[in-house]
Amino acid sequence: MARNVSTQRKIVVTVVAWTIGILIFFPILWTFLTSFKTEAEAIASPPSLFFFDWTTENYHEVQSRSNYFLHFMNSVVVSFGSTLIGLIIAIPSAWAMAFSPTKRTKDVLMWMLSTKMMPSVGVLVPMYLMFRNTGLLDTRTGLVIVLTLINLPIIIWMLYTYFKEIPGEILEAARMDGASLSKEIIYVLTPMAIPGIASTLLLNIILAWNEAFWTLNLSAAKAAPLTAFIASYSSPEGLFYAKLSAASTMAIAPILILGWFSQKQLVRGLTFGAVK
Amino acid sequence: MGSITLSKVSKVFGAHAVIPSIDLDINNGEFVVFVGPSGCGKSTLLRLIAGLEDVSDGDIVIDGKNATELPPAQRGLSMVFQSYALYPHMSVRSNIAFPLKMAGEDKAVIDKKVSDAARVLNLTDYLDRKPRQLSGGQRQRVAIGRAIVRQPKAFLFDEPLSNLDAALRVNMRLEISQLHQDLKTTMIYVTHDQVEAMTMADKIVVLNRGRIEQVGSPLDLYHKPDNLFVAGFIGSPRMNIVTGPAASAYQAHTMGIRPEHLALSKDSGSWQGTVGVAEHLGSDTFLHVNVDDGIGTVTARVSGDFAVTHGDRVFLTPDPQRVHRFDDKGLAVR
Repeated sequence: MARNVSTQRKIVVTVVAWTIGILIFFPILWTFLTSFKTEAEAIASPPSLFFFDWTTENYHEVQSRSNYFLHFMNSVVVSFGSTLIGLIIAIPSAWAMAFSPTKRTKDVLMWMLSTKMMPSVGVLVPMYLMFRNTGLLDTRTGLVIVLTLINLPIIIWMLYTYFKEIPGEILEAARMDGASLSKEIIYVLTPMAIPGIASTLLLNIILAWNEAFWTLNLSAAKAAPLTAFIASYSSPEGLFYAKLSAASTMAIAPILILGWFSQKQLVRGLTFGAVK
Repeated sequence: MGSITLSKVSKVFGAHAVIPSIDLDINNGEFVVFVGPSGCGKSTLLRLIAGLEDVSDGDIVIDGKNATELPPAQRGLSMVFQSYALYPHMSVRSNIAFPLKMAGEDKAVIDKKVSDAARVLNLTDYLDRKPRQLSGGQRQRVAIGRAIVRQPKAFLFDEPLSNLDAALRVNMRLEISQLHQDLKTTMIYVTHDQVEAMTMADKIVVLNRGRIEQVGSPLDLYHKPDNLFVAGFIGSPRMNIVTGPAASAYQAHTMGIRPEHLALSKDSGSWQGTVGVAEHLGSDTFLHVNVDDGIGTVTARVSGDFAVTHGDRVFLTPDPQRVHRFDDKGLAVR
């Protein structure tokens, strides 16, 4: 039987939820609105929320000052590339850990997760030197490699929890039916794990898209993704809030749209395993 | 062909020997049932034969060829799992075709074999459905279809009927027996249900704690159990086991008498007691009688016409020809 929820309670919960939602969304809304203001209005006090002279001048300015398309393509290549390579490595590893665990599997999983606890800046210098010596600085390849490695633990962990939910008997049936290890993964395991793989893919594209520390430090002009494009507007010449906002809006719009259309998959991915 | 020989096969998990050492011959075309209580190692034994588990020691020979080290697919065996283990993302057609596809068969050959199997199993109308759109019985038939298209040397069934309801179980039992008569392929069937074992098997292997207690035809086991375990496990309702003076009267440490081999009378007999519970099945009545002189509760199977109820005083007389005698180690005395 459904619980009886009083109207009063519903109203309170709705108001609280909307308040929290707006609080979280407000910075993005503010950025979006600021991007249509003049620089003077952007720093005006008190600020005006909606009633100002709307202008698209900042967008024209940003377009003329930097090559948005290049940064956009860099972001696409780096985030999609690192996620796809990550998946290719992670699917067999998660398979091994889920279906053929050894005494050390739990330790390996914990160790992989522990690398995420280390502050990135701690290894910045050695990483930078390695990138410089191997000629990977400011290349898309270099960024793909570093983002693949950074997100691999998360990809493996997510896939591992998905694979754990697949009954082992089905894979044994495939083995009895003559499937080799690779065919078992291609024809049986992967199709069954598609929802899990899809949400892992989406989440990691978003993480890689938003990753700023390594992309800013290891790229300059050629390979710089949208994070560097935004950063270039908080420049030594001073802060240009309106232009910075326009650049930010352009940088987050693609991933925001992707996230909006895939929210069902994302929520499923994030809460997977919580309820059966 | 499909003869399987196990010699000194053992399986050890950590320090625990699930199967200490088993020798067993399975002849071509035989329907062999492994039966025993849960945890007796019957499923493990089947998985060893299938190759899904590695043996710790010993050899598995299939058709004269040592298969101990072969991977499951190369042993030429098909398996039907308890959970059916159908591929949920594939249609019934693709499920049945899967082993053929893995074997690299021609598309035309696959189509023909799949439609033949579907016809035999009454699945023709369901070929394009997904497993989730099928009932339990249909899913089980798809699993069997997937097993038969490969024309294996032997079929392995791991408690295939335990997820079905009682009526369907009886039907599927008949269908599997019919299939065995049609295909004449070796079948190894694992169950904990002795009724399935009795009704389907050519040969029953009774397992207990990883050891074979007895191998024989269903009627052999019923009439001549080697020991108390087999005596108690085979037959429904269970054989009555009596110790003490009542057993000594038959020159045995322990005596066993099946419920159907007790004569019931209201006037005279060897044992006297009070009816505790009377279960009326129509054709038969099972009486649970509390017998005096420390013998305890004895089950008797009598004609359904016999008028008797709770609290009646009755006499029971074991048929001397049908008494099973066991020594102090629980082994049969013949």
